[in-house]
Amino acid sequence: MALTIDQPIVQKQQSLLTRMFASQTFWVVIAVILACLFLSFATDAFATSKNLYNITRNVTFVAIIALGMTFVIITGGIDLSVGSVLCLSSMVLAVTMHAGYSIEIGILASIATALAIGAFNGILIAYIGFPPFVVTLGMLSIARSLAMVASNNTVVFQFGPDHAKLLALGGGAWVFGIANPVLYTIVLALITGFVLRWTKFGRHIFAIGGNEHAATLTGVPVKPIKVAVYMISALAAGIAGIIQTGWLGAVTTNLGTGMELQVIAATVIGGANLAGGVGTAFGAIVGAALIEVIRNSLGLLGINAFWQGVFIGGAILLAVLFDRIRNFRRSD
Amino acid sequence: MAVLELTNISKHFGAIQAVNDVSLSIEPGQVVGLMGDNGAGKSTLVKMIAGNFRPSHGSMRMDDKELILHKPVEARQHGIEIVHQDLALCNNLTAAANVYLGRELRRGIGPFRILDYAAMYKRAGQIFAELKSETRPRDLVKQMSGGQRQAVAIARTRLSQAKIVLMDEPTAAISVRQVAEVLNLIRRLRDQGISVVLISHRMPDVFDVADRVIVMRRGRKVADKTIASSSPEEVTGLITGAIEQV
Repeated sequence: MALTIDQPIVQKQQSLLTRMFASQTFWVVIAVILACLFLSFATDAFATSKNLYNITRNVTFVAIIALGMTFVIITGGIDLSVGSVLCLSSMVLAVTMHAGYSIEIGILASIATALAIGAFNGILIAYIGFPPFVVTLGMLSIARSLAMVASNNTVVFQFGPDHAKLLALGGGAWVFGIANPVLYTIVLALITGFVLRWTKFGRHIFAIGGNEHAATLTGVPVKPIKVAVYMISALAAGIAGIIQTGWLGAVTTNLGTGMELQVIAATVIGGANLAGGVGTAFGAIVGAALIEVIRNSLGLLGINAFWQGVFIGGAILLAVLFDRIRNFRRSD
Repeated sequence: MAVLELTNISKHFGAIQAVNDVSLSIEPGQVVGLMGDNGAGKSTLVKMIAGNFRPSHGSMRMDDKELILHKPVEARQHGIEIVHQDLALCNNLTAAANVYLGRELRRGIGPFRILDYAAMYKRAGQIFAELKSETRPRDLVKQMSGGQRQAVAIARTRLSQAKIVLMDEPTAAISVRQVAEVLNLIRRLRDQGISVVLISHRMPDVFDVADRVIVMRRGRKVADKTIASSSPEEVTGLITGAIEQV
């Protein structure tokens, strides 16, 4: 069969366009843009630089953890402990600095704590074969309890000699008036996207989510990789905790309560599949953005805050509904 | 000279004698059909060659050198490739990604190395062309027919200089047309001088493509003869035990 050069090219362009329309992330981006446009016209308060500054910064905490969660979800796992790990990392940072240590030591201790918890989760899941749901559910309880032990359940708001540095780290805006947390999120998102697309590690994560047995048979080091993804997830929670501490200027033991659900919602809205094998860094960010825009708009439109859950839950169902409809069409 | 030679191989799991005193040799470029009922010891035998199990007794020689395998990766290093019964494919990845799974090509300097998509697509495309398969390297495995999926799994064996390819029930769950496609793939491997061990329940496939048939029953080798000197009736008899041994 003679094939001219144009045929495959046309075919490729079509598939690129179809792929875009078929992508859940694409439609969520459209939804975010439409919501922003609508809000700019419907309210005076939305498109102000102060509000946009707030929105972008509020997105970041969920978005950073969602980036880490994306790794776990692509392998077909789940990490319910991120909210508590965020709290524990913040508390370790706060308590260390409150005791008079420098910010470097505080951050080091905080990151080390997060990584240790991630490694603990990962080893139980990969080597002992515990279900991820159960292990991380247990850790959700353990980590928050440890945060209470570390602080004796008090609020820490004085961070020793480096107090000002920490607040600048989380609350400042060093480049072009963009909130620092936003910058961190962009950098982390770029790293995540790079790792998922261009590294062997990223490829193997997708393989494990697609068919773990096949990955094992073809010589992919499945167990170490699984430990690594739970460490990455905990690390993301730890980083978010450090930044949030700097931004809030105080740490309480209920910091990050229920955050795991928001994070999972963000990744799922962004197109990750809880069954594994699918997910992107961009999707995690966009999902987090949609949740924040919904929250912000309800406030600006004067809708009672109690309705928040309904709208966010609705967004989750709608996003997944898109996915189902697509699959129905494909299986026909 | 034989590529692979098994001498008095036995394997027992506790009191169960799965493979009992089996000797056989495989010549280069030969397709050997390995037949037998469930529990006859085919899989155990193949798993010893693939490095999943170590034999309890006996020895294996490859190209006249002692062959001792501790794990599947070592079998691969010796040029023994396996096409698993479930194909071991990831539906969410492209054909090329599946072919290269676990041995991805990368480019770059030192520790800064990224996946070399272009090279993997190119080489995978070449292999599919060699196998005369219509599989396209960029397509997701999810969207493929059974025959194409087989082609992807078989293409893996062409990445390295394989000497023997072990195929576990490659025609068990696919359509008639796709079976023909897979049998052609096997012939293509043979034409390149690769020995193929075809484990199958399907008599027509073995008689169609194999040069030799080995029949196992209750852990023992009960027949080892050329296809030309045997018949489906005889093999059926050997499998069921109606014919004791030839």
